[in-house]
Amino acid sequence: MITGHLPILLLIMPLLAAPLCVLLHRDILSWFLALLVFLGVFAGAWALLGSVLEIEVWRYTIGAWESPWGIELYVDSLNAFVLVIVASIGAASLLFARQSVASEIAADRTYLFYSALLLNLTGLIGVILTGDAFNLFVFIEISSLSGYALISLGRKRLALYAAYRYLILGTVGATFILIGVGLLYVVTGTLNLQDIGVRIADVSADRTLATAICFLLIGLSMKLALFPLHVWLPAAYSAAPSVVSVFLAGTTTKVFIYVLIRYVFDIFGLDTIRGILPLGDILVLLSMLAILYGSWMAIVRSSIKSILAYSSVAQIGYMVLGIGLFTRTGLTASILHMFNHALIKSALFMAAACLIYRLGTDRLEDLRNSSGCMPWTRAAFVLGGFSLIGVPGTVGFLSKWYLLQATIESGNWPALAVMIIGSLMAVVYFWKIVEAFYFRQPAQDTGEKMTEAPLMMLAPLWLLILANIYFGIDTDLTLDSITLAVSSLAGL
Amino acid sequence: MQEFAGIFNYLVVVVLMMIGFYITIANRNLVKKLIGLNIFQASVFILFISMGYVHDATAPIVADGHTAYSSPLPHVLILTAIVVGISTTAVGLALVIRIYKSYGSIEEDEIIEKMEEVE
Repeated sequence: MITGHLPILLLIMPLLAAPLCVLLHRDILSWFLALLVFLGVFAGAWALLGSVLEIEVWRYTIGAWESPWGIELYVDSLNAFVLVIVASIGAASLLFARQSVASEIAADRTYLFYSALLLNLTGLIGVILTGDAFNLFVFIEISSLSGYALISLGRKRLALYAAYRYLILGTVGATFILIGVGLLYVVTGTLNLQDIGVRIADVSADRTLATAICFLLIGLSMKLALFPLHVWLPAAYSAAPSVVSVFLAGTTTKVFIYVLIRYVFDIFGLDTIRGILPLGDILVLLSMLAILYGSWMAIVRSSIKSILAYSSVAQIGYMVLGIGLFTRTGLTASILHMFNHALIKSALFMAAACLIYRLGTDRLEDLRNSSGCMPWTRAAFVLGGFSLIGVPGTVGFLSKWYLLQATIESGNWPALAVMIIGSLMAVVYFWKIVEAFYFRQPAQDTGEKMTEAPLMMLAPLWLLILANIYFGIDTDLTLDSITLAVSSLAGL
Repeated sequence: MQEFAGIFNYLVVVVLMMIGFYITIANRNLVKKLIGLNIFQASVFILFISMGYVHDATAPIVADGHTAYSSPLPHVLILTAIVVGISTTAVGLALVIRIYKSYGSIEEDEIIEKMEEVE
């Protein structure tokens, strides 16, 4: 009986667990409860993907009020797949979290940390599953507000300012989305996403519709950190507590890229969009700039988390590039890279977290003085870096391969050139870190041996690294769901 | 005149929106930025409420003698959005207090100056 309510259960579990965490109050208990919920969501997400691959679309009506009057959860292979990304990264980060959090956050406050993390998960799942335009806004705000709180818990005081800036820009972005939703309601008279998609065909392309679409797209671009609206991201990711960087880097931006895909291809449809603005060209241009700018900034930065954060700006460029090409292969590459980049970036941020846990720093300068210790963490980082660059045999290669095919297919040579330059730049900034790891003599021998990171941190890190290699070789699972998702989207 | 009355609310929305947005972007004081953000959000609330209004209509309760009803949905949405706005302001102000405690200022220029000293 209960399996019939799976979509709503995935939302309710973390939502209820968040206040429970506060009540439990004990550091270890709250971590354990959060871990259980994250694992439960992980299992549920895979089950949901399994059943959606069979029945194609699952429309869950909340309180059995029929849509479009009631509010529904809309699950198809696209968002079930995104949910699996979020749930997997979430489960891995929670396994990883215990010791890293204990070392960075005061013991009497960790229960609040886990509570906020659960709320963040609730918001993200809500954004993924909901079939209602206004609920989408509310869930965005739930995940964002808890995100601001999580980021502000970072060790340095930069974290506070980074969280504040994220709050201002994030709220402006969310309010833009709200304006867009309001104007869409004016022209279509409904808030149900699928219903909007049906009725928008009857709306002649007037100015209100154009304004609504522009507000929505700009708001979403802000939230997914598309260049030049990315300014909140680097500081927020590099100043946040290590576990928060691991979780957010793998989930938040991917979820908003999903929302962009849903709106552009499913709700509006390409015909409506083409009649209003040359969105494809704009997205391709901005993503090319994002790749170049993000990679360049990653080259000049000097601490690992900051390099990884700017590299995220560039990687978001790759994902948006695939969307902007408006082709099947492009979209496939984009969704594939969402999954792959989540695996890559979370693994790399985990390795950075291990270094911070033992050495207390992630600055390249300081790492040079401690070369030789923590071989497992360093090896994991190097493998993750190979995946980031796109060495064959890793997931990073697959997404680059598909994206290359997509650009060649649509004859977009500038984009192809930028992709290759971006990959070369990735080699450069990644080499900087490898050099600091392996090719420097210790400046002074302190005498004490640095031990490896604890097993509870190494195990999830290596789990993700192995997943990077596994999904780089066995592509059945990922590509099957993505192909189904892409073919279900109209207009391609 | 009739036409002007019809779009008056929307004019107010646009003016408020631009004022709020400008303050959010241009002001260097962290508290004033939040005030700007609030004005910006308030303008969106008015936008939603105005769109639900139908001239000469009543609340959507079926009764004799009424044929036109206002749409209650935007108003309900805005109740939720107001709550979201208040939560955002609360989190923002809490962050400003923490920033003031650790940087000793709420002026963006001074904070950035002090940040570079540390980095």
